[in-house]
Amino acid sequence: MLARLMAMHSRRAWLAFALAALVALVLVPALNLAVPAGWPLRLPDYLVPLLGKFLCYALVALAMDMVWGFTGILSLGHGVFFALGGYAMGMHLMRVMSGEGHYRSQLPDFMVFLNWKELPWFWQGFDQFWLAALVILLLPACAALVFGFFAFRSRIKGVYFSIITQATTFALMLLFFRNETGLGGNNGLTDFKRLLGFSLSTPATKLGLYLTTALVLLLAYLACRYIVTSKLGRLLCAIRDGESRLLFLGYDVLRYKLFVWTFSAFLCGIAGALYVPQVGIINPSELHPAGSIEMAIWVAVGGRGSLVGGLLGAFLVNGAKSWFTVAWPELWLFFLAALFIGTTMFLPRGLAGLKDLLPWARRGDSTEVRR
Amino acid sequence: MHLARPCHLIVLALLAWLILLPSPVAVADSQQLRQAAAGLGGQSRAEVIAAIEDLGRLGDPVALPLLEALQAGKLRLDHEGRPLIVEEGQPSGQDAFTGETVPLGGDLRAPLVNNLVRRSLEPVMARLRIFSPDPGLRLTAARRLAEEPPEAGQAPMLTAALEKESDPAVRQVLGLVVSLADLKSPDKARRLAAIQTLGASGDTNYLERLKPLTQKDPQGQYLEPDPEVRQAARWGMQIIYFHTLPADIAQCLFYGLSLASVLLLASLGLAITFGLMGVINMAHGEMLMLGAYAAYVTQNVFRAWWPGALDWYPLVALPVCFGLPALVGVALERGLIRHLVGRPLETLLCTWGISLLIIQAVRLIFGAQNVEVANPSWLAGGWQVGQGLLLTYNRLAIIGFADLAVLLVWFILNRTPLGLRVRAVTQNRGMASALGVKASRVDMWTFGLGCGIAGLGGLALSQIGNVGPELGQSYIVDCFMTVVLGGVGKLAGTVWGSLGLGVINKVLEPFSGAVLGKIAILVFVILFIQKRPQGIFALKGRLAEG
Amino acid sequence: MRKSAWRSLGVSLLLLALALGGPLVGAAKAAETIKVGILHSLSGTMAISETSLKDVALMTIEEINKGGGLLGKKLEPVVVDPASNWPLFAEKARELIEKHKVAVTFGCWTSVSRKSVLPVFEELNGLLFYPVQYEGEECSLNVFYTGAAPNQQAIPAVDYLMSKDGGEAKRFVLLGTDYVYPRTTNKILRAYLQTKQVAEADIMETYTPFGHADYQTIVANIKKFAVGKRTAVISTINGDSNVPFYKELANQGLKASDIPVIAFSVGEEELRGIDTKPLVGHLAAWNYFMSIKSPENQAFIAKWKAYVKEHNLPGGDKRVTNDPMEATYIGIKMWAQAVLQAGTTEVNAVRQAVANQKVKAPCGYEIVMDAKNHHLHKPVLIGEVKADGQFEIVWQTKGPIRADAWSPFIPDSAKKVADWTYPWVCGNCTAPKYK
Repeated sequence: MLARLMAMHSRRAWLAFALAALVALVLVPALNLAVPAGWPLRLPDYLVPLLGKFLCYALVALAMDMVWGFTGILSLGHGVFFALGGYAMGMHLMRVMSGEGHYRSQLPDFMVFLNWKELPWFWQGFDQFWLAALVILLLPACAALVFGFFAFRSRIKGVYFSIITQATTFALMLLFFRNETGLGGNNGLTDFKRLLGFSLSTPATKLGLYLTTALVLLLAYLACRYIVTSKLGRLLCAIRDGESRLLFLGYDVLRYKLFVWTFSAFLCGIAGALYVPQVGIINPSELHPAGSIEMAIWVAVGGRGSLVGGLLGAFLVNGAKSWFTVAWPELWLFFLAALFIGTTMFLPRGLAGLKDLLPWARRGDSTEVRR
Repeated sequence: MHLARPCHLIVLALLAWLILLPSPVAVADSQQLRQAAAGLGGQSRAEVIAAIEDLGRLGDPVALPLLEALQAGKLRLDHEGRPLIVEEGQPSGQDAFTGETVPLGGDLRAPLVNNLVRRSLEPVMARLRIFSPDPGLRLTAARRLAEEPPEAGQAPMLTAALEKESDPAVRQVLGLVVSLADLKSPDKARRLAAIQTLGASGDTNYLERLKPLTQKDPQGQYLEPDPEVRQAARWGMQIIYFHTLPADIAQCLFYGLSLASVLLLASLGLAITFGLMGVINMAHGEMLMLGAYAAYVTQNVFRAWWPGALDWYPLVALPVCFGLPALVGVALERGLIRHLVGRPLETLLCTWGISLLIIQAVRLIFGAQNVEVANPSWLAGGWQVGQGLLLTYNRLAIIGFADLAVLLVWFILNRTPLGLRVRAVTQNRGMASALGVKASRVDMWTFGLGCGIAGLGGLALSQIGNVGPELGQSYIVDCFMTVVLGGVGKLAGTVWGSLGLGVINKVLEPFSGAVLGKIAILVFVILFIQKRPQGIFALKGRLAEG
Repeated sequence: MRKSAWRSLGVSLLLLALALGGPLVGAAKAAETIKVGILHSLSGTMAISETSLKDVALMTIEEINKGGGLLGKKLEPVVVDPASNWPLFAEKARELIEKHKVAVTFGCWTSVSRKSVLPVFEELNGLLFYPVQYEGEECSLNVFYTGAAPNQQAIPAVDYLMSKDGGEAKRFVLLGTDYVYPRTTNKILRAYLQTKQVAEADIMETYTPFGHADYQTIVANIKKFAVGKRTAVISTINGDSNVPFYKELANQGLKASDIPVIAFSVGEEELRGIDTKPLVGHLAAWNYFMSIKSPENQAFIAKWKAYVKEHNLPGGDKRVTNDPMEATYIGIKMWAQAVLQAGTTEVNAVRQAVANQKVKAPCGYEIVMDAKNHHLHKPVLIGEVKADGQFEIVWQTKGPIRADAWSPFIPDSAKKVADWTYPWVCGNCTAPKYK
């Protein structure tokens, strides 16, 4: 087993992984806690949740890369799973602060607003963390399982699949927008107070959330890496490169596609759940089709079929967004457009494709997109 | 130049007398009219309303042009309080009473007009028009009077008008008005007759009038003492319900059809670029938007140079709205999309990037604000077909325009050499190339055509909604739904797809509300595609694996 | 490869050393200016409305600086772009307070953006001035609300519609986009109408999705509903859906004199992008119109025009002023006065001083910040749309009205008191904190 795990990476790659883990889990907290305020290398408090947010996005990119980069299924509806996880977490956070809202009511504020007298059935039990956690882990995955089963069984492929996933996220956005749906409407869920008894406004909790996210991301990366280096991973790539052939060879393609699709949704749900307490709000704008398309561009920029590429893409695009919206708000969309056009035209393998240009690159990695 | 010249007066009186000879209405003294009209220049709205009432009380239809101009905001008063009708941009106006042309000069005063004034204007005008020699005017006047229950004092006037009336259409409406008055009559027979007339009209507007006859007051007493009359009222309401059912269904279908036409116009271009060529054109919405902005620019050019012909700018905008997006489309195909042939998902991302680029560029050029695109006046209003069915002109125009666009595309694809080549390349690219068709050139023209048609769609959209940088974004999901539902590669599929979506949406809306209706449609499409991944019209044979 | 690992370690050590040497640079900076945060979307869907507020805020700050600044220091605006993205609002708010250390922030539009930043301002004890009308039901210690609460916009509008001047409406259509502001406003209105003896059957409530563009069925329903009694439409339709709605209204032959529509989110800025022909005669309720004839307003408009020209802003001489712009202007003025009075920009001191500040506002009244509930006392005006995109004021309240942060028409909020003075010291209590 250990040998199998070790075989996931070359030794150099393991070292790089360890270094990345060190930076994320030790260096960042150290810069935040140990360096006194006012020093230039001190990581200011406000950057911690920002980094945590990026890590959540990176987790989404990882999930996206599994379905698109490795299996060739482009989903334009991953926002759905992200939002489902996020809403489940949001509902838990709303419930644990019952009685502390504006109205001091046992119900969340927006329900008091709407004159509701009791909790709708799907809110029941969300005050228990274990139940919320269960929902976070299972709901997006189950939703993906059902949706994927019907879609893959009907052999909906390629663009058609992309378009119906987009329609799904759009329909869900409209549904969540409604006040009557019971999830806070346009305002969504916000003004959270605490998670597991820790106040969300203290820097320590924020750092804790960041560390949790980093840990989850590292583990998820290892899991993904394990999958793509296994036999299953080869099958996934085969589905991407020639599904019909695999079908004729007697493989039950449906099962593999369904597995990777569900796994990806599972990761997305977790990312959503970790995202919400760090940014402090979840609302239907996360379901906007444009958001899901942006998720695809993280992977495209970083490099499809390369897990590290996806992570890099997520950091790069979102970092650029945070920076551009302060420095040159007008130019942000131009930059994003240039990213979309430039990567598809000139860098079909994304930033990861640049790696081959490095002198010590190892060529012919089987998991890369071949053209 | 005073009007009170004797000769003028005599001519005027003679004219009025000739026209209005059989009418019981008093021909008012011109001096009184002028005095009343001068009151329109009053400092407060109450004075203006009083002046209107005065004009109405004089009962002389000569005041009608003046009141009409007041309603349209074209009336001005000169310093002597003489009412003039002015057209925008004209150097001279007309005297409201005599029609005599008067050069404009000095300071003109616009009467204070607001909703309250306009509201007092309408019954007055209707009362004056009811004795007009023009049956059309009498008809509108009678309809207007039928909208509100007449006051008790008006009954003799109405009866007089009804007795005099010769035109059958006007007689019918006036009969209804008299019946409305008769509902309150103490005479049981008259009440019963009135109920029968109102019920037979089949007009839902009278449901509200009949309902009180069947209801109880807070003390539990029936408002209508006679049980026979109550029963008759109930029957009358049933008859009305029965009558309006077909009209309601027709109206609903019309709404569905017009929504379908909007969808069709929006997605026709995509049916070409995506359906025929297989380019996942996420920038399609931006082609719609460019078309709408082309209409805006054309309108502004007209406004600046030919303000008189402003109403006809959409005709000139047609080629512009087609041409600009078509050019952009050709440039995109040449520059970017042709390099991505065979990589559909990359095309998707690339065109999405293009759409962001176009949006931001338009935002920088025209500003983030929506821009104003005016409807030509001939598209305003609607056509009342019988009771309860109103077909608005702009919707009719859009339905017609959608049909023309489909015809145009059909003609190009099936009756022109370009169309032949397009079909050849779509069906078998390799074979077509082997036979000497320049496939890449055909691609270019097809993409240009698709974008151009989308631009025409944008022109149509500019007439019913907002024109802003985000216009395309709100349509893109709907467009893809329509094309995919219909079946990619088939024009007929898109037509049926949009028809289905439009009509179903409008049939659902009254039951589920607009929000749930929209969601239901999306879910329906998703389920439908699960069932039939190739859409309504599936391509057969080898093409299906494309 | 070992070598590379050592190399990275070396680099890390070097960075650490730099970090330790840091204070030499960091401490040298002293505050020579007062930083003021401006948090309005400059891109995305909300940019349409919010860009003008950013401009007017910069104009006001420039005006204060020309007059010598505050406490001998110049104001330094820090403009950030939350890009119409709600989580980004919270992120940028945190950045403004923690990184830029702003003394005050002017910004947000729509409740969701305010709700998104609220926890940040409360956590870090920042100060936010929110300049747009909203649904009420909130009163934070850290926020001053310079836009209208429902009783400063919606309820007077209904009063007007029921008055003789407004056409004595007996039936009401409550039409809105399906989000929180319309829902809450309509709920308050429904309760209010019931107190005015309007029967349930005479109220129709309809909602449409965001960006809805097909109003055929809804207008036809309004038409049917209106038969028999004078009817008025109270519209809380969100910006972009207004054009298709008004066009459909006109095409189906519903005139403003028959069924007037009163809107709460259609102002001068929105009318710039609309063909006003079908809107003439329809109504809007605001606390300020550009057409107000007061010397303060003339000066305000002149200042704005000059600023637009000087900075060559897009739109040029077509730029207008509107209600949220006036509210932004009042907010900044009030804060500046409060800083002068407190002699510091420290948040707690300034907050104390803002209460009871008076500003001679463009609307022609002396506007007062309520001593207790962080809302302004504002006059309410009803305007009729004119063909040139301006409003003719047809009705107005006798004077400024005090805001109800908590509506008396919602059972759960009727008991609430917003009072930040002793002995209450609370934004949402039913009993004083100190007895």
